Amino acid sequence: MKRCELLVIGGGPAGLCAAINAAKAGCRVTVLERNPLMGGQLVKQTHMFFGSRKQHAASRGIHIAELLERELAGLQDNVELLTSTTALGIYEDGVVTAMRGEERYMRIKSDALVVASGACEKSLAFEGNDLPGIYGAGAVQTLMNVYGVSVGDSVVMVGAGNIGLIVSYQLLQAGVRVKRILDAAPRIGGYLVHASKVARMGVPIETSCTVRRAFGGDSLEAVETVRLDGDFRPIAGTERIIDTDVLCISVGLTPLTELLAMAGCDMCYIPQLGGMVPKKDENYMTSVDKLFVAGDVSGIEEASAAMVEGSIAGICAARALGHEPADADAALAELRAQLDSLRAGPAGKHIRDGVSQTAL
Amino acid sequence: MRIENHPILTFDRERRVTIFYNGEPIEAYEGESIAAALHAAGVRVLGYSSELHRPRGFYCAIGNCSSCMMVVDGVPNVKTCITPIRDGMRVELQQGKGVIR
Amino acid sequence: MFEQTGIASAEMVLSKFPPIERIARGRVALAECYARIPCNPCEDACPFGAITVGPDINEMPVVDFDRCVGCGKCVSRCPGLAIMLVDGSVGDGCADIYLPYEFRPLPAEGDVVAALDRSGAFVCDARVLRVDNSPANDGTPVIRLRIPRSELYAVRNISLK
Repeated sequence: MKRCELLVIGGGPAGLCAAINAAKAGCRVTVLERNPLMGGQLVKQTHMFFGSRKQHAASRGIHIAELLERELAGLQDNVELLTSTTALGIYEDGVVTAMRGEERYMRIKSDALVVASGACEKSLAFEGNDLPGIYGAGAVQTLMNVYGVSVGDSVVMVGAGNIGLIVSYQLLQAGVRVKRILDAAPRIGGYLVHASKVARMGVPIETSCTVRRAFGGDSLEAVETVRLDGDFRPIAGTERIIDTDVLCISVGLTPLTELLAMAGCDMCYIPQLGGMVPKKDENYMTSVDKLFVAGDVSGIEEASAAMVEGSIAGICAARALGHEPADADAALAELRAQLDSLRAGPAGKHIRDGVSQTAL
Repeated sequence: MRIENHPILTFDRERRVTIFYNGEPIEAYEGESIAAALHAAGVRVLGYSSELHRPRGFYCAIGNCSSCMMVVDGVPNVKTCITPIRDGMRVELQQGKGVIR
Repeated sequence: MFEQTGIASAEMVLSKFPPIERIARGRVALAECYARIPCNPCEDACPFGAITVGPDINEMPVVDFDRCVGCGKCVSRCPGLAIMLVDGSVGDGCADIYLPYEFRPLPAEGDVVAALDRSGAFVCDARVLRVDNSPANDGTPVIRLRIPRSELYAVRNISLK
């Protein structure tokens, strides 16, 4: 059995910030990351981030990932990074099991845990939705921005939230034709500046509209769309066939909370945060002693917020292990103020409503 | 198809390797995932479902959904979206749940 | 309609433009930020203190057109690519606009390109005077475009095809 002081599950923006802050406080940290690369979804974000300077606003996500990795490299005496390592379970005695690659099974016992396992994309139920050529928006982003592989000739995007709009823009940057962006909601869900970026490239956005059927043999050839009334019911006679070899689904994310449920954390269902989320205190500790959370696993939000939450969880986990980070109280107050600021506007209302219901 | 001229990104394609898809050689670049290399070569179908034998491609590309599982070097159920390619790797379409040998 | 299409109306666009006298005096920035989101890099980017978001980063930026010298540092720093420069001092019935453009291929200086409106529709031909892709722009080149002055409020994008 492997032993470590603090185990961080997930090497995305939240996990990396937790690791950095805990290591700075003198904690010995091990990070498990499922992918071959650290950085989580940052490694495919080619657009500039919103927020303020404190969350690296106006830097591109890919560069923020590099920046966080450099910061971690400077703390290497206290940090161990295990890539291509998937956490499988958290057991009653606190033992975490994991697979390194396809062959190596590991058991890890740590004194404290930060779970920053992120989220997964929701899917959409319609006839033919399993055809190759129908991909999650994040998958398309990975394919084109991590591997430089173009997804197809043309794309119909379902979902006009931030991810749907950003990935549409990135598809245009990769030279792919985006035929149309649909959203079942009566208005665009993402930031309107993102919507304007794709609109002026000639991409029509159609609200109150969704995909109904997908056609194809071994892979996608066309989709049927339909307009929706105020109660989200299809309006007969508004069906339209669009030829396309790719349909991209971007209908939201849901927290990857399986490990937390298995660990026995108190959970609650909060639609504004994407589904089941853990209850937590103001230090981001769950109902399980010394088990902290940060980032999308504790509620779907922007990566800027995930970094701040990770920093809070990292400092508090280090404290729970007897370390005393320099100026911890001031640092925590400042980080909490950053979160309040990111969530203060109309775009953060659902987050404020959701988070207020998760307090332990 | 690979993206050549990108406004923000440059892609590291220094080491060319060959993988075999159902026995056919496919050129790829070190660092790519199996699913990405196959997609670049125009392969979208990665397997067939166990009940209705419907074609399966990848869906999430980050190891969540299990839609991309193939037989790799004789081992079934390998998540090809997060498994990096290796020179000479043999990748085959997976039928249903695959057969563990 | 803006919340359904992402295409700002003529009135909305006009509300963000500097007064015509200021445009006639020379280069000046405007921020087409129409919704409150948590974001303030434009405020940090301006060396002249001409852009104010304020302590609540969810407020929309306000450009002080008299303080703005049209240096353009904000154009490539806006994550929403919502900032552009306009210059009505060039004469000959023309105006210059400066747009962020994150696509390839880039136009070359001297090229005639299609100028597009906020829905991507063709407006007029336009000449590219400058392509600024300096490292300071961090991957967001800024294109200086000469257009008929009558199209000042319409043009917001280009197409090379």
